[in-house]
Amino acid sequence: MNKELRESILKSLKEGIRFDGRKLDEFRKIEVETGSINTAEGSAHVKIGNTEVLAGIKLQIEEPYPDTPDEGMMMVGMELLPLANPEFESGPPTEEAIEISRVIDRGIRESKCIDMKKLNVKKGEKSWAVMVDIAPINDAGNLLDAGSLAAILALKNTTMPEFDGEKIDYKKKTSKKLPLGKLPVSVTIAKIGDYFIVDPSSEEEEALDAKLTVASLDDGTLCAMQKAGYKPLSEDDIMKMIDMSLKAAKKLRVYHEKA
Amino acid sequence: MVYKERLNKRGFDEPRKIEAKTGVIKKADGSAYFRIGNTAAYAAVYGPRDLYPKFLQNPKEGILRCKYNMMPFSGRGERVRPGPSRRSREISLVTERALLPVLNLEDFPNAVVDVFIELPQTEAGSRCAGICAASMALADAGIPMKGMVSAVSVGRVDDKILVDLDYTEESYEGGPVADIPIAIVHETGQFSLLQMDGCITKDMLSKAFELGKKVCAKIYEAQKQAIKDRYKIGDDK
Repeated sequence: MNKELRESILKSLKEGIRFDGRKLDEFRKIEVETGSINTAEGSAHVKIGNTEVLAGIKLQIEEPYPDTPDEGMMMVGMELLPLANPEFESGPPTEEAIEISRVIDRGIRESKCIDMKKLNVKKGEKSWAVMVDIAPINDAGNLLDAGSLAAILALKNTTMPEFDGEKIDYKKKTSKKLPLGKLPVSVTIAKIGDYFIVDPSSEEEEALDAKLTVASLDDGTLCAMQKAGYKPLSEDDIMKMIDMSLKAAKKLRVYHEKA
Repeated sequence: MVYKERLNKRGFDEPRKIEAKTGVIKKADGSAYFRIGNTAAYAAVYGPRDLYPKFLQNPKEGILRCKYNMMPFSGRGERVRPGPSRRSREISLVTERALLPVLNLEDFPNAVVDVFIELPQTEAGSRCAGICAASMALADAGIPMKGMVSAVSVGRVDDKILVDLDYTEESYEGGPVADIPIAIVHETGQFSLLQMDGCITKDMLSKAFELGKKVCAKIYEAQKQAIKDRYKIGDDK
């Protein structure tokens, strides 16, 4: 960890201001666009400050898992492309990439926002598999929240291709959307010293002690959590971070309607 | 059957719509976005930087390493599985060969210049789009260059010679097809990429090259403009 960086970040936090001039609970500028990738069944392009991610949905027909023969499937993958950050390397997914993918996956899965039963075509034989792939273009911090927002917007944007019972015709899109219910929002709160911040930048990520990602629904139900970073958190810390996350989630939820 | 008309009434010597931008990835030392029709490519350059493992280092000059990758949702049909495939590895290799002739890496012994090409959406001509983006990104990164590389596919569909084949033309079944991706070094007019799938006569090939040269010159103008735009006065990029 870069000691000087951490000290100067702490110094400015003491004055109630972030390294880049933001308030503690302030996001960077958010821009969203959906449907810009026409090869995907659904897509979203999300920018949070200089952090930029693409999410695309591909649908395919597969045999359901033996323990859920009457349900569809979903998979979330974020590959940390070496294009997006000089620290990322080519090769098999790193632990970091696997963690981000799994935390986003859990947020979507545990919120039950996709009605998996409706994705079953023939019990025990055929179900729709929803493949959510997220690609970072530029990593300026907080890829997780950006990726999660992009994934949800891409799911909302998805239209089903035509399926005749045997083969999918990807060229023919129907007007049918995915069976979606209440949508989750993931917000990561970082802890640096005694301070809590939303939407950490690259510099803040380098200096943080711990962070907590909370996925929640609009009624305040928590549906997934993950603590990261190497310092422990007190119960009091955790409660504060959850409150802050729920508050911030309201700001992100606005973008569900915009796209 | 004779191939009469292209999709959207495009002329046989007319490329799809071109869009070129540089400096699109802040984290990178140089970056670019190139779009031709429905095929889009991002390129990011990192380096010159230290090369590991060490045995790959060349004490005489820096090396160029390119990686071409399709995003999982970038194909019209089924999901593209992440990770390198035989196809993507070959394209990475020919991309390196297409770009290396214009680079001057003598000043960077033991170092590597990494070029990452990512395609969010493809519909034929993706290696050429990748090369166009990569060439701009290298210039944007300030790597010493002797020229700019512009690439496009040329070929024949039935009796027609044409440029920038789209997907329907690549897979045309009414007659013989040849798909020939080429890259031209603008300053010398030399070819640094040449591949061909299909069959064609020598006469048709030289006609196809003529069309290709004209379109590459047009692409070059777009690339040059994109690099200039990055340094417009009053632009805070």
